[in-house]
Amino acid sequence: MSGLHPPKPFPEAARDKVSQPQLRANLRKVTHTIREKRLRAVGEVPHWEELRVLGEATKDATLANLSDRLLQLEASVKARGGQVHWARDAAEARELVARIAESHGVDELIKVKSITSDEIELNAGLAERGIHAIETDLAELIVQLSHDTPSHILVPAIHRNRAEIQALFNRELPGEGNLSDAPAELAGAARRYLRHKFLTTKMAVSGVNFAVAETGTVCVVESEGNGRMCLTLPEVLVSVMGIEKVLERWEDLAVFMELLPRSSTAERMNPYTSFWSGVTPGDGPQEFHLILLDNGRTDVLADATGRQTLRCIRCSACLNVCPVYERTGGHAYGSVYPGPIGAILTPQLLGMADKNANTLPGASSLCGACFDACPVRINIPQVLIYLRGEANEEKGVTAEALAMGAVGYAMSSGWRFEGALKLARAGQGPLVRGGEITALPGLLGGWTQSRDLKAVPPQSFREWWRQREGADG
Amino acid sequence: MGNAEARLEVLTRINRAVAGVQAPALPAYPQCERLEREAMLRQFQDRIEDYRASFQRVAQTEVAGAVALALAGAERVVVPAGLNPAFLPTGLHELHDDPPLSHAGLDRAEAVVTGCAVAISETGTIILDHGVDQGRRALTLIPDLHICVIRAEQIVQSVLDGVQRMEGSVGAGRPLTWISGGSATSDIELVRVEGVHGPRRLCVVVLD
Ligand code: SF4
Repeated sequence: MSGLHPPKPFPEAARDKVSQPQLRANLRKVTHTIREKRLRAVGEVPHWEELRVLGEATKDATLANLSDRLLQLEASVKARGGQVHWARDAAEARELVARIAESHGVDELIKVKSITSDEIELNAGLAERGIHAIETDLAELIVQLSHDTPSHILVPAIHRNRAEIQALFNRELPGEGNLSDAPAELAGAARRYLRHKFLTTKMAVSGVNFAVAETGTVCVVESEGNGRMCLTLPEVLVSVMGIEKVLERWEDLAVFMELLPRSSTAERMNPYTSFWSGVTPGDGPQEFHLILLDNGRTDVLADATGRQTLRCIRCSACLNVCPVYERTGGHAYGSVYPGPIGAILTPQLLGMADKNANTLPGASSLCGACFDACPVRINIPQVLIYLRGEANEEKGVTAEALAMGAVGYAMSSGWRFEGALKLARAGQGPLVRGGEITALPGLLGGWTQSRDLKAVPPQSFREWWRQREGADG
Repeated sequence: MGNAEARLEVLTRINRAVAGVQAPALPAYPQCERLEREAMLRQFQDRIEDYRASFQRVAQTEVAGAVALALAGAERVVVPAGLNPAFLPTGLHELHDDPPLSHAGLDRAEAVVTGCAVAISETGTIILDHGVDQGRRALTLIPDLHICVIRAEQIVQSVLDGVQRMEGSVGAGRPLTWISGGSATSDIELVRVEGVHGPRRLCVVVLD
């Protein structure tokens, strides 16, 4: 697991991936299925757009007063008997978790799926100290048992099909050996394997979806019940959260409990959500640690254009609508954050001087679908264009930098998105042949060699998107 | 390891990063059209059934019968201390959490019957605040079947309504569990599999 750090530039990694037909077929099925379900779930809410605006404003308000909110959270978690730790970077966060485990003499712990813990490469860090971390989310377990890495935020093992999982479980799970490839039977085997762990393991690690400053309440959203098991049954619980996950008031949670499930799994509500505030005597873990992680987030916060990236609630809606993600899959992004959100978050967390990460803002056709899907209205195309400009600054000025710089300027000065994209179309003019972009300068050049990309269309994005769906689906 | 140092540094970086940034005013929370009581109950039923959980709506005197039906022969049943005994059919092997049942003991139980704190019709969500008629969190987690008895007046329409109703519980430091259908996964080729780790079956009994 490489954590945040892409081992290759995106065009190179993408070239390897787009040539795998099985992968592309799996991805296509999954992204299209979730995408359609999501449209239904969202369509059911008549005031969806107002909810998005409220979600955006709620996050922005918290970010504007982030230090106050974190201090308030720290005080309220402590008042409820929890302990709070601060980590400047991944290494500090790993060290904190390892020390807590060691102080309890623990050499095995259970984990709830958490991208933040993948970001800090927690499992590998713990393994170095002789502590085995068991993933309990079914997909994460599949990924872990096959020594693989997740490829999607929501369905980390979508690049695996049932035959692969059947072979894996028959080989790796104790006492199994002749499982069929029926998903229900495979899930049953995971249940048997994990049940014993849940009932007997002393320590658990989780991520955090939201934390409320006012009440010290931490929230984990999930489907399988493995989250509830980990959060309730062990004696010691450690939760690792990026500092941007904090909200101010209890009531602020409502809008996100509306936005997240419909955007993510396309359900009205996910099966289980757990909320706890510090320690509850006689119920659940009697020792609770909350780790507040920076790891580059304050640099993102300092950037007026990039700051909006920190609104992200990791719903994965932007992945499922992205034509580039659909063709390359998550691994091409080389980071725990794939897809459109990964293309803007990873290079910002690592800094634009990172030679591999700074190719990620090129991983987009700028079609705008990610912005339309994002429940907290992160203008991903705007940030992509801005970051392309930054990356080019690292390399010196090119024609593309000038064109992209102009688009970025237009977007930041409050033009309508469509207006700004007119400029993008003007900028890309010489490259378009019959509606396809067959070669792109610089960043995407390597990728378009193996896959022609639709040009930024002359009509509006939504129109174009619908047409493209019709033609492609 | 200098955690105080890390704390100070992170806070300093934040303050430098957002110096001069103004928090936007929050727009009003958008509200749905309000449903009549009966329409709300129908909406709740529709959502619960959509999650493939079972649903019964009964009068006060019929609760024990409805619970018996939902138990479908299960005998070893966990019963929280504050649950109304009139909700239970006779002849059960009742397990009480006093002294606290062990994890292994709970694992041998077949079912649990509880009340709830509030329910949301738009999303078909049941919220437990683990009060005396619901028991601590492990009680509704380990047994395979969860039967939840909800008084009709505990059902509200929107997520915001539910969150506002829970303000007191959260303020008092209570944990909450939100349940929307039974445990499920779609991790293998997006095929929905009901029941992974939590209770695999959820039965809702609404009492008028
Ligand atoms: S950027 Fe928006 S759409 Fe993408 S994962 Fe984050 S919140 Fe979801």
